[in-house]
Amino acid sequence: MSPSGDLAVQQRDLIIDALILMLLIVVPVIIMALAFAWHYRSSNKKAEYEPDWDHSTMLELLIWSAPLLIIIALGALTWVSAHKLDPFRPLDRIAEGKPMPADVKPLVVDVVALDWKWLFIYPEQGIATVNEVAAPVDRPIQFKITATSVMNSFFIPSLAGQIYAMPGMETQLQAVINKPGDYEGFSANFSGDGFSHMRFTFHGMSDSDFAQWVQQAKSNGSALSREAYVKLEAPSENVPVSYYASVAPGLYQDILTHCVHNDETCTRNMKSSAESGAMNARKDSSGMAEMAASHP
Amino acid sequence: MMSNHPDLAKLIFGRLTIDQLPLKEPIVVGTFAVVALGAIALLGVITYYRLWGYLWREWFTSIDHKKIGVMYIILGLVMLLRGFSDAVMMRAQQAIAFGHNAGYLPPDHYDQIFTAHGVIMIFFVAMPLVTGVMNFVMPLQIGARDVAFPFLNNFSFWMTVSGAVLVMISLFVGEFARTGWLAYPPLSDIVSSPDAGVDYFIWSLQIAGVGTLLSGVNLLTTIIKMRAPGMTLMRMPIFTWTALCTNILIVAAFPVLTAVLAMLALDRYAGTNFFDTVLGGNAMMYVNLIWIWGHPEVYILILPAFGIFSEVTATFCRKRLFGYASMVYATVVITVLAYLVWLHHFFTMGSGASVNSFFGITTMIISIPTGAKIFNWLFTMYRGRIEFEVPMLWTVGFIVTFAIGGMTGVLLAVPPADFSLHNSLFLVAHFHNVIIGGVLFGLFAGINYWFPKAFGFRLDPFWGKCSFWFWLIGFYFAFMPLYVLGLMGVTRRLNHFDDPSLQIWFEIAAFGAFLILLGIVSMLIQFAVSFMRREKLRDVTGDPWGGRTLEWSTSSPPPKYNFAFTPQIHDADAWWQMKQHHYQRPLQGFTPIHMPKNTGAGIILAGLATVFGFAMIWYMWPLAIISFVALLATGIGHTFNYHRDYYIPADEVARVEASRTELLASHV
Repeated sequence: MSPSGDLAVQQRDLIIDALILMLLIVVPVIIMALAFAWHYRSSNKKAEYEPDWDHSTMLELLIWSAPLLIIIALGALTWVSAHKLDPFRPLDRIAEGKPMPADVKPLVVDVVALDWKWLFIYPEQGIATVNEVAAPVDRPIQFKITATSVMNSFFIPSLAGQIYAMPGMETQLQAVINKPGDYEGFSANFSGDGFSHMRFTFHGMSDSDFAQWVQQAKSNGSALSREAYVKLEAPSENVPVSYYASVAPGLYQDILTHCVHNDETCTRNMKSSAESGAMNARKDSSGMAEMAASHP
Repeated sequence: MMSNHPDLAKLIFGRLTIDQLPLKEPIVVGTFAVVALGAIALLGVITYYRLWGYLWREWFTSIDHKKIGVMYIILGLVMLLRGFSDAVMMRAQQAIAFGHNAGYLPPDHYDQIFTAHGVIMIFFVAMPLVTGVMNFVMPLQIGARDVAFPFLNNFSFWMTVSGAVLVMISLFVGEFARTGWLAYPPLSDIVSSPDAGVDYFIWSLQIAGVGTLLSGVNLLTTIIKMRAPGMTLMRMPIFTWTALCTNILIVAAFPVLTAVLAMLALDRYAGTNFFDTVLGGNAMMYVNLIWIWGHPEVYILILPAFGIFSEVTATFCRKRLFGYASMVYATVVITVLAYLVWLHHFFTMGSGASVNSFFGITTMIISIPTGAKIFNWLFTMYRGRIEFEVPMLWTVGFIVTFAIGGMTGVLLAVPPADFSLHNSLFLVAHFHNVIIGGVLFGLFAGINYWFPKAFGFRLDPFWGKCSFWFWLIGFYFAFMPLYVLGLMGVTRRLNHFDDPSLQIWFEIAAFGAFLILLGIVSMLIQFAVSFMRREKLRDVTGDPWGGRTLEWSTSSPPPKYNFAFTPQIHDADAWWQMKQHHYQRPLQGFTPIHMPKNTGAGIILAGLATVFGFAMIWYMWPLAIISFVALLATGIGHTFNYHRDYYIPADEVARVEASRTELLASHV
């Protein structure tokens, strides 16, 4: 509820709007419940008593239509906001009153949920990090999210809503951070013993600070080779932040398709899915929905 | 297990070894000691008072729907104590595990506790309580002498017990699942959860599921086929209507659970890959299927509670229920919509915006009939003469609490809001708000309302009111802080926190749990006090509250045959209408009554099923085969039992009825 990214701001506003809309009916209900209970208590002999009064077309109409009207309003709000705030949809603005410049390219971050830590790969910068992620303020970010063994949920509350991280599948989150600062990120879906400590920090930075942060990873980090990744993949808890100066080419794709070990589980080696590679949670991010559960 | 022939030991005991007993965990050993002492004391008392024969003849083998209903409720209340102990342990852990303090529960233990809490509260507390109340009340309300399939009813009950027993065994032998109460794969697959925990989960739910499904078929058939003459569908009491809809939901939803758990079992036991995305399966399919069962399950629990509130409101407002027809239609609409909303449990899986909106909006639509129901109760109170007996207190507490829970539920149905609030403590607060504030409050109202019918004396009102207020206030203390924490972005199932500013909220919540504990203790005291003061609380009329429906027309407790003559129905408030027309009990002309006979087959079959489940969990293949064959043989053997019924002679009926006449005369 303390948003610093445009998506989180809109989600908070939506929660408040929806709450107000519903309070319109919930508050009267609570007042009526208490007032009727008090007024028509059996010791109050002055109150009207009509033991056989059990129907009123007028009232029936009212009690069905009042919630109906609220739900029509809320349904409309839902339809519009679900499309506008779809995590797969490319952003059309940076913040309120700040339209998206035409030439801007989103910062791509590949996110892998491991047991029990987060790996972030920056294909553009050629670096990778564990349990720390950073992005320049006001630049759209495209997270591509997957997991290795079990399901997690990628969540930075101040930035945007969460989305599941699932093995063999990719989900996306398009977001932007508007204020510099350090924000909490974590897994929001229980994933085993190390789950409670599967936390990371998300830094919103100025462009120059971000460039410096990348540089620092490059100069201090080691190389994330396939061998290094296999070691990293083994379950571990409370993992400290670490940096990788370089990343083995195609590593993220291999993680997604289970091809790092290049054994029989590699989906590229399988006949049935030879063309499609990994399953995308959704093939097309523009809104044409493909049911997530469909087989490739 | 210290055998010199390891292969033989392995064949017999499977993967069960002495190491599986949690002898090194003081908390578990302590619990075991307490449970064992309690059990020995209980067995001692039963033996001392020579109650075994009585229990076996009158209860365990009984096919009387009233006794089975009572046994279901006892099962539910006993398991409530277990489920609540888990809740207290979680609240205590979360209240202290901050910063350097890791709390007192290691993750592997903590994870079992929240999994067991969820499983127990839904499957072995809420379900038995709901089924128990339906079992007891519904046949009486429709003027029937028993359910359609009396033996099946007994068998269903014992299968539910069997599932509960397996869950309880997991406390001391091996471990329970550490996956969350719905055991999503891949976390629940054999690679991530190789231990027996998930297998306990699967087999206890599969065995109890047989009971639930059969009981659903049974009660559904009873309502369809066995209503008293004149009771058309639109003259059924609202509780019976909700029971009808709930059992339709059970019959149509539980097979999905059975199928999805069977597939999970195949993945674990036979190496199939139904839910392994990498090998061509799809873990998302599990999540979809389990919620295609799971969402109707929510309405399976809440609809009978709505029915109870309807009966209670009309009775204690001394007024006809407002909007009977719209109440019925609302119930039916909810039943249908219950199947169209399951995806709202996982908007964050990444389905398209249109799919998410569809399920979000269908979810919201459910709030329309639900809202109509709430207004109907309010307008039943309007211009009534409300007597605040304990059941009515629960009802008013429910209306206020449920309105809040309903609102937060609709909020969660807005997909972008759910992206922020999913899996957070806000969600936890929401579903406890509707399950405690709706289902449990309803069941407690129902237990207080129908207790005199079952036992012939009322429950003590003072301790009942204590219980109500502790529960109500405790609920708000326990769960309002979780709403706040959820809005702050705190997720669920964490066993440790870094941010010390959150601690105060968890401490308030723990205090709330303590108040709820007082509520539960008050209820236990209420039972004890009422039993001791039973002569003072005695109801000889059979109609202590001035009831409106048929169950109040017979004696309390009702005779075995419920009604000496099947009543003729002219109104939805059948008994009220009869009283208005100065109904006279028939005093002669009794005929012999055809009744089903008790049988031990149900408890024996369920006992064998427990052994079979245990053997499957621990890979004890020979035992599994033997017990399964025995299960089949007993089942088939029972079909050759032709001594299933008997007649209560007319003069015995006359005697029972005459003694009631005498009793009534002495008190009017």
